[in-house]
Amino acid sequence: MNIAVAPIDHASVAAIPALRMALVGNPNSGKTALFNALTGARQKVANYAGVTVERKEGRLVTADGQAVVVVDLPGTYSLRARSPDEVVTRDAVLGRLAGETPPDVVICVADATNLRLVLRLALELRSVGRPVVLALNMIDIAERQGLAIDMEGLSRVLGMPVLGTVATRKRGVEALVEAARAAFASSVRGASDVWREPSAADLRALHHQAEQILKATVKPPKRPDTWTGRLDDVLLHPVAGLAILLVLLFVMFQAVFIGATPIMDLISSGFSALGAGVAQVLPPGLLKSLICDGVIAGVGSVVVFLPQIAILFLFIILLEDVGYMARAAFLMDRLMGSAGLHGRAFIPLLSSFACAIPGIMATRVIDQKRDRLTTIMVAPLMTCSARIPVYTLIISAFIPGRTVFGFISLQGLVFFGLYAAGIVSALLVAAVMRKLFWRGASEPFLMELPAYKVPDALNVARGVYQRAEIFLKRAGTIILSMMILVWFLASVPGPPAGAVGAAINYSFAGLIGHFIQPVMAPLGFSWQMAVALIPGMAAREVAVGALATVYAVSGEGTSTLGASLAHHWSLASALAFLAWYVFAPQCASTLAVVKRETNSWRWPIIMFSYMTALAYIAAFIVYQSAVALGAG
Amino acid sequence: MALGDQRRGFSGMVVGLRFDAPALSGGVSNQELERRLLEMGFVEGARVEIVHEGLIGRDPIAVRLDDMRVAMRRREARCVLTRPGQAE
Repeated sequence: MNIAVAPIDHASVAAIPALRMALVGNPNSGKTALFNALTGARQKVANYAGVTVERKEGRLVTADGQAVVVVDLPGTYSLRARSPDEVVTRDAVLGRLAGETPPDVVICVADATNLRLVLRLALELRSVGRPVVLALNMIDIAERQGLAIDMEGLSRVLGMPVLGTVATRKRGVEALVEAARAAFASSVRGASDVWREPSAADLRALHHQAEQILKATVKPPKRPDTWTGRLDDVLLHPVAGLAILLVLLFVMFQAVFIGATPIMDLISSGFSALGAGVAQVLPPGLLKSLICDGVIAGVGSVVVFLPQIAILFLFIILLEDVGYMARAAFLMDRLMGSAGLHGRAFIPLLSSFACAIPGIMATRVIDQKRDRLTTIMVAPLMTCSARIPVYTLIISAFIPGRTVFGFISLQGLVFFGLYAAGIVSALLVAAVMRKLFWRGASEPFLMELPAYKVPDALNVARGVYQRAEIFLKRAGTIILSMMILVWFLASVPGPPAGAVGAAINYSFAGLIGHFIQPVMAPLGFSWQMAVALIPGMAAREVAVGALATVYAVSGEGTSTLGASLAHHWSLASALAFLAWYVFAPQCASTLAVVKRETNSWRWPIIMFSYMTALAYIAAFIVYQSAVALGAG
Repeated sequence: MALGDQRRGFSGMVVGLRFDAPALSGGVSNQELERRLLEMGFVEGARVEIVHEGLIGRDPIAVRLDDMRVAMRRREARCVLTRPGQAE
């Protein structure tokens, strides 16, 4: 683009260590797309030390051999940090982040069609004393709208190089790197950092300064984007908008539950085949049991959810990139707000339908600690996909497969009811928590509604891939170790010689199950059900396998297990078991993630206690009323 | 007149921010809320127009603020003072 780049002395650059670039920008500026365009597949996603903010770093090497490290910092409107994410951005830019090398150059990423707020951020970044380059991303959209930006003028007043990029088509990306190198090479070392947290008066002054720059350098678009307004007329319509949101959610869940089935079947039969293959090679004994029943079966039972998680994140990332997520938060805010939740809690809670772990991790988008804690605490009440195998098993065994009102499947209705119970109780618990812990104080709801955009397939694919990778890593670490612990409880000690019945009865899990059974009796739980709850702590769906073990059902098919359960359990017990599963904190990994996210044992302990209490009460009420109605 | 008390279709200009109402139910301090509104672009002279209202209690509202769109609750919008009519 039209900027003056100082010629680079190519002989000397080879000796320079890797150049560190940090990307800073408003949310929705296409910052992550630019990060992808710069680094391609050479990315690492991890966490910043001590906090749970995601750290995205990538590398690239220029044509002449200069190594560049790019860090994608969380989106922000100002260096005045309000959330844990924004604290990371501020401290990284200021060079105050422990264990992080300060960036050599800051790239301020702007949506070229929406410059007003980012110009103020650029002015703020300039006061930090590091070289700054302003990248006007999505410059193609600005050009199409006939938006005339005087880049040379802008560069002159801001005192920083300004150039246009189109991240999705890699346009201007190389020039950006060269401009960053030049800015670093010509920067004054040790320029003083005069940034301080701006007061209201400072913000007004900065805004007016930005406004004047805007007036002098940018002519309003000849063909402004009218699509966003037109789409919003429908999508934000009080009635039609909500209806469309519900349809979208319906389609999403259909895709998650039906679309994922063939791949899930493939994965689960793959793991069974692997287990069977390994079982033939290994001699019988504890080691064989550990590897086949503990490791392979355990990890298999978690990996099987990968297709569902991938499809769910495909939808979430698509909706986010299109710009719809903010609209969904707008539509849901009043409903969520009446329960004391922030409109933004909608996204994490939606993710919790796949798994509470990514959901709890996604609460980082909520600025305020109290809103965030409330969301974390209710996230496990959303029906995660690990409950589905348990629900499916019990429903298909106990609820007749007939239709009501001619077209609604009764089984589907029960399924829906279980989901609704989770959602309603999450809203109630959130409202109670707010009253109990912070007396109804609620945070401001103030959110930009970005212009609608056509998402970029490659960026969406990369986002889904990263989520899948994070999930698999977790399955390989925390969940695997949990599986081995639970396997140990369920297999050791082994049954004495000549023992009858399933081996699990003689193990620690069996002992615990027998021990807690009297407590569970008022819920209609037999000791076998109590025993199955122990392995179910590893992950909810493991309870299915555990039930198969306890009832010594041979074979993999859940239909045989279902038939066996229908023989052993009363309808009342089965319904109580379902009610238990709506609430019970049957997932050690979730509790571990809550501990990590809140950095204290207090919240996981509160979560475990309240969920156990709710589960007990719900199962008690369901069992006793079902017995009273003659279903005992 | 406060932006938060206007109906859909209202269009005008921001003339100031007011925080005399003490009862912002304790979420954040008035100084903090003022800075957040400023950061979002609710600065004196900005053009505003209410383009959408929520279903329940016409809350929250979607506001066209200069050339961007912002979603906010009426409670926060009541802190934004406006003058009706087209900006100069």
